[in-house]
Amino acid sequence: MANFYTDNPDLKHHLNHPLMKKIVELKERNYTDAEKFDYAPVDFADAMDNYDKVLEIVGEICGTTIAENAEAVDHQGASCSDGHAHYADGTVENLDVCRKAGLMGMAMPRRFGGLNFPITPYIMAAEIVSRADTGFENLWGLQDCAETLYEFGSEEQRAKYIPRVCEGETMSMDLTEPDAGSDLQSVMLKATQKEDGTWVLNGVKRFITNGDSDIHLVLARSEEGTKDGRGLSMFIYDKRNGGVTVRRIENKMGIKGSPTCELVYKNAPAELCGSRRMGLIKYVMALMNGARLGIAAQSVGVSEVAYREAYQYALERKQFGKAIIEFPAVAEMLAVMKAKTDASRCLLYETARFVDMYKVYEDIARERKLNEEERAEMKHYSRLADALTPLAKGLGSEYCNQNAYDSIQIHGGSGFMKDYACERVYRDARITSIYEGTTQLQVVAAIRHVTTGTYRTLIESYANEEFTGELAPIAEKLKALTALYDEAVAKVTEANNPVLLDFMARRLVEMAGDIIMAYLLLLSAKVDERFLATTTVYTKLAQADVDKHIGFIRDFEPEQLKAYGI
Amino acid sequence: MSLNIIVLAKQVPDTRNVGKDAMKEDGTINRAALPAIFNPEDLNALEQALRLKETHPGTTVTMLTMGLPRAAEVIREAIYRGADGGIVLTDRALGGADTLATSYSLAQAVKKFGKVDLILGGRQAIDGDTAQVGPQIAEKLGIPQVTYAEEILGVENGRITVKRRLEHGVEKVVAPLPCVVTVNGSAAECRPRNAKRVMKYKRALSTSEAAKLDEAAAALYAAKPELNIAEWSAAFVEADPEQIGLAGSPTKVKAIENVVFTAKESRKLENNDAQIEELVKELIANHTIG
Repeated sequence: MANFYTDNPDLKHHLNHPLMKKIVELKERNYTDAEKFDYAPVDFADAMDNYDKVLEIVGEICGTTIAENAEAVDHQGASCSDGHAHYADGTVENLDVCRKAGLMGMAMPRRFGGLNFPITPYIMAAEIVSRADTGFENLWGLQDCAETLYEFGSEEQRAKYIPRVCEGETMSMDLTEPDAGSDLQSVMLKATQKEDGTWVLNGVKRFITNGDSDIHLVLARSEEGTKDGRGLSMFIYDKRNGGVTVRRIENKMGIKGSPTCELVYKNAPAELCGSRRMGLIKYVMALMNGARLGIAAQSVGVSEVAYREAYQYALERKQFGKAIIEFPAVAEMLAVMKAKTDASRCLLYETARFVDMYKVYEDIARERKLNEEERAEMKHYSRLADALTPLAKGLGSEYCNQNAYDSIQIHGGSGFMKDYACERVYRDARITSIYEGTTQLQVVAAIRHVTTGTYRTLIESYANEEFTGELAPIAEKLKALTALYDEAVAKVTEANNPVLLDFMARRLVEMAGDIIMAYLLLLSAKVDERFLATTTVYTKLAQADVDKHIGFIRDFEPEQLKAYGI
Repeated sequence: MSLNIIVLAKQVPDTRNVGKDAMKEDGTINRAALPAIFNPEDLNALEQALRLKETHPGTTVTMLTMGLPRAAEVIREAIYRGADGGIVLTDRALGGADTLATSYSLAQAVKKFGKVDLILGGRQAIDGDTAQVGPQIAEKLGIPQVTYAEEILGVENGRITVKRRLEHGVEKVVAPLPCVVTVNGSAAECRPRNAKRVMKYKRALSTSEAAKLDEAAAALYAAKPELNIAEWSAAFVEADPEQIGLAGSPTKVKAIENVVFTAKESRKLENNDAQIEELVKELIANHTIG
């Protein structure tokens, strides 16, 4: 039986990163839950064993039920009738299996029925689910919303809703509207407070993933007469109360199992979550950061399946008397696909660990005052997470699209037909670089970490590690690439021209990403020599990319912007 | 109405993925080359038991397996999926048993449980493929049996209603409790292991496994009786030494031949997606492809 966790030893490699010891110790508050909950770990080894065993369940379910259902789910898709969205049969089965396996609310505290997993193993589960069925990852991964509810909801709201999520009820985040996509400040959905203090919602939301969920987090305008983000608040809508109908669902290119809904709110009762006016500026920003990490995981899952499908086909397909993998052109494509997959996976888990580090301190701060050292550490990791999340999402989703493209290319004519999984993977991949902020918007979030030097400091910390033997020349190469990055940053920032900075932002962010991912692979290779080949391939790729960008930037004259219509 | 259910399970070598080294020269199974797994149809039986547990609050599902001490792994697997506990019937004297001796030994063990409403098991094990043990247990206990069950439709007023999957159709039968029901592989797949249960019960050990723990671990184990998987001996279940193990097994293997399949049966399919899909599923299930 296929197991998508145990068949990929790289996952365990990333799970066993040294920083996990600190994360787990903090997360488990020195293992004090063991006295209250019979499934809580007693020490670090026990906790890690738990993650391993639970990921094995995830891997088994994904390798069997979810992967086997993926094609039928893609064909049948979700449907809409009587004001509700209906899942494909396979999706219903997938959800049922995940509920029975207890894989909902994985990161929630035990007192609400969760598993209290750190983000890192949870994100690993998301990657595995995405490899099995990318569209299903959306539905399963919306348990993320519980995190936001936990962070900003009242204790009463937590106790009311989070146990339901842990039992398997699904969630959605109702943000987008017909005239408010990337620009969420323009949200119009109206929240009205009645005389008794309760709230009702009226209006329309569009493109809502899993919009017929049990528990919704809704961004709505609570402050009449306001026009910007400061008039928006976050609300909880409970489907049990009624008031929201699904008008239609979108007919999409991919992730067809995940219903994308247009919702009509008619006096829908809702609870205010957190404080008024903080909906967009604080809560949705937090929600989006979590969701972006989720898409980064989804993207790595897509990269993995695209690579595996292509690799298997290239082994089996014979032309001119030999397997096509033996032709250098095909072998190179596969090596590059693998390098991109491995690189984006390294970045994904580095980001997840940083998110874990600051979130766990944030959570401890809900119980007691942090000391100065702890506060400094929280701030440090919060900044790093903030810097790496848009990179992991932006570059990871671009890589998975490239891999999906190459996967079809390796399948040749057969890949263009509906007969092979690569065709579905290609369609499913496409959304990853669009939703939860397009790649262009990830660049907007990332560029300030180019200009303020967050990436540069991180690169320096990697470069300070000792690399010997076969790794030494790669480390030297990366130092040379870093010098080119410095040159590019200096050239662009010294021009002191915001338009030019915008124009060059993606190039600079990609250069930073190339170098960071290459270093992360190199650090992996230091621990496990299996990563040496992929590190070599990725470094060549990074070198070519950095060379391309520095070439572009070096002799670019601001007057040339006109030719681009800028 | 709550029920006391026993689920019979067997740890078997995984004969579904047989390679060149699956058999030894003398024609016996090379157990070292084949991983030990939960007999697949016993998992189907467990699922039926767990569904009854959901619809009949207070129901207990207890596993019973006969085999080597390491068969405790099967009990743990079942507990991870929702069973309440289990017993390993293990004793050197039980070794070498054929279906007659096995069913006698298991029937003796069932008697030790006291009041039992339902005994569930897979139709057959993938190592012996006899499908005899379940029915023989029913005979030895003098209770009804329902074989080839695909779904338990309900339990009411001391009667169980079962859908049976037969060669040319389905049959619905009603039987009085207690009875033995053996379940087909066409029944619903068993639910997955549950994360919390795995974390809680990963330290469940049989008596002989626990004997190998160091002092500190042994103390922890002793403090949590729910982690104890009991082992029963032949003497404990009051089995007659003449009727168990090799002594109680009239079946003797006379000779073993290597058979090479030559003729292939043919089957005609209609040119439609449903039939093709069914064939592909069948070929994947029997590992011809995939």
